Amino acid sequence: MSTAAVNVNTDLAKKKSARRKKTFMLTTMVLPGAIWLLLLRYLPMFGIILAFKDYKVYPKNPTLLQNIIHSKWVGFSKFKFIVASGNAWIMIRNTIGYNLIFIVLGLFFGVAFAIMLNEVTSKFVAKTYQTLMFFPYFMSWVVASYFLYAFLAPTNGLIPNMQKAKGVPADQIIDWYNYKKPWPFILIGARMWKGVGYGCVLYLSAITGIDSSLYEAASIDGASKWQQIKYVTLPHLKTMIVILIIMDVGKIFNADFGLFYNIPMASGLLTSVTQVIDTYVYSALMSTNDLSMSAAAGLTQNVLGFVCIMVANTITKKIDEESSLF
Amino acid sequence: MSETTAVSLKRRKRRINAVSVPAETIIHIIMILFCLFCIVPFIFVVIISFTSEESIRQIGYSFIPNEWSLEGYQYVMKMGTQLWRSYFNSFFITVVGTICSVLMCVLYSYALFRPDFKYRNFFMFISFFTMMFGGGLAPTYAVSKQLLGLHDNYAALIVPLLFSPFNIVIMRTFFQSSVPTELIESAAIDGSGEYNTLFKIVVPIAKPGIATIALFNALAYWNDWFTAMIYVRDAKQYIPLQYLLIKMQRDVQFLSQNSASLGAEAVKAAVNLPAQSLKMVLVVMIVVPITFAYPFFQRYIISGLTVGSIKG
Repeated sequence: MSTAAVNVNTDLAKKKSARRKKTFMLTTMVLPGAIWLLLLRYLPMFGIILAFKDYKVYPKNPTLLQNIIHSKWVGFSKFKFIVASGNAWIMIRNTIGYNLIFIVLGLFFGVAFAIMLNEVTSKFVAKTYQTLMFFPYFMSWVVASYFLYAFLAPTNGLIPNMQKAKGVPADQIIDWYNYKKPWPFILIGARMWKGVGYGCVLYLSAITGIDSSLYEAASIDGASKWQQIKYVTLPHLKTMIVILIIMDVGKIFNADFGLFYNIPMASGLLTSVTQVIDTYVYSALMSTNDLSMSAAAGLTQNVLGFVCIMVANTITKKIDEESSLF
Repeated sequence: MSETTAVSLKRRKRRINAVSVPAETIIHIIMILFCLFCIVPFIFVVIISFTSEESIRQIGYSFIPNEWSLEGYQYVMKMGTQLWRSYFNSFFITVVGTICSVLMCVLYSYALFRPDFKYRNFFMFISFFTMMFGGGLAPTYAVSKQLLGLHDNYAALIVPLLFSPFNIVIMRTFFQSSVPTELIESAAIDGSGEYNTLFKIVVPIAKPGIATIALFNALAYWNDWFTAMIYVRDAKQYIPLQYLLIKMQRDVQFLSQNSASLGAEAVKAAVNLPAQSLKMVLVVMIVVPITFAYPFFQRYIISGLTVGSIKG
């Protein structure tokens, strides 16, 4: 009797220590990642106080911590740039405007191309299309900017030279990198060039996952191709579309920095159509070295983005429980 | 006889719910146009890289150059130092970064995948939260550079990209869909340690998922220029290829804008390079490794994207 009880006890103790060991081992596994997150993501979050201070290097002991401690509190004055400068309005308009267009067009082309690709009879041909249109996704914006440069470069570019060959007088040849008007379209085109293949692949994999008997049933009932798309395909893609839109809306204040920084090749004359919050934050940080203002701009961006993603998620939850992200 | 019936049956079956022939023709036209839009810029740049400087001077960049030439490539071969250093840097960062980040990702997401891990929710949350909120560029820059010493060294190019919450979601979902928990339980009963179970049993099963993550990471490192632009300010020997390209463009602009103050000699030296085709040679050198690897990894990337889009 007593030996049995002891046995149970030792058994329990053994199990407990095994469980503890398991927890310990699994914790060591997350440790590298957790340390990274702590140092490179959570520590900088404390750096947000930079936005409320006038960051100055503390000459006696110029470490980051000392600098921050000895910098003066300035409250919200670093946020004044939002209302004070005319640039702020332009860059916020550009950021949101471009992002909205990217979301709408990206969704439209992605879904449309996926549906079209799904209708291509030869699987080999469909696969080839997919491979080719997915290619730009793997290019960096730096490389992409040179692709574009080959067409638009001031003296050697293909288009200016074609104009020259046609006999257009020199002063009427378009100087692309100094001519604002076409740039919204160029930027949108560049973004579609890089992103549509990705979206298409994503939606196509969702479409191929749809049970084909649904289409057969629909076609036997006399549904046209349009009706099948409307009543079978799109409803199936709904959840995915909604999730992707939520994620994009959450990032609506974050511009695609690479696109806006590289594609215009740093042409100052294009600023009013190419300046976005991210490029502003970058230049505030790197050129003017204003850490506080850059932090303020970044914080504004992050808070607004966070609010956006929460609102978008709550709304989708209200409309359709299943589609929400979390 | 029976064979032809089978074929015609098959054809008829395909026809039942296929789009009409004109509709499919339109689809093909749209697809071909878009594919050309995607691929022609690359082909054009390859052509330019093989164009002689003289031809560029005469008719600019052209699909049909007056004269083909290897001078851009020859110049790259001779130019040596900075360029090859940068090429090496890009490879080095990609290899080391990919190995480290894949290891970290597999370890982290495996622990999150284990339903019996006590702190699972906590570690899931701290990773997920960073997808929605962060300190922003300036504080991250200040902390990395001044507290962590991430500037002008290889660590500065590798560490900032080591960990990606998005990849964690993909990897964990992959574990969930491919590794049965009973397998881990029975391994534990057999006395296999946690690390042993992970590397001997789980990793071989999860190979396709790991390949996906590895390719995502390799691409991120190979295509990275932003980290270099921020953290490598002074030490030229750490510049990777992508950033070198940006610098070349900006430096040429810098030279032409400041030609008066820099003196004629420096400008002359810069102008005499086969600058036009040279830049395009560099672009080709960046893109070609991706192009060769592309057909092999496309499949993995697609499966990774598909998994990643499933609710995390």
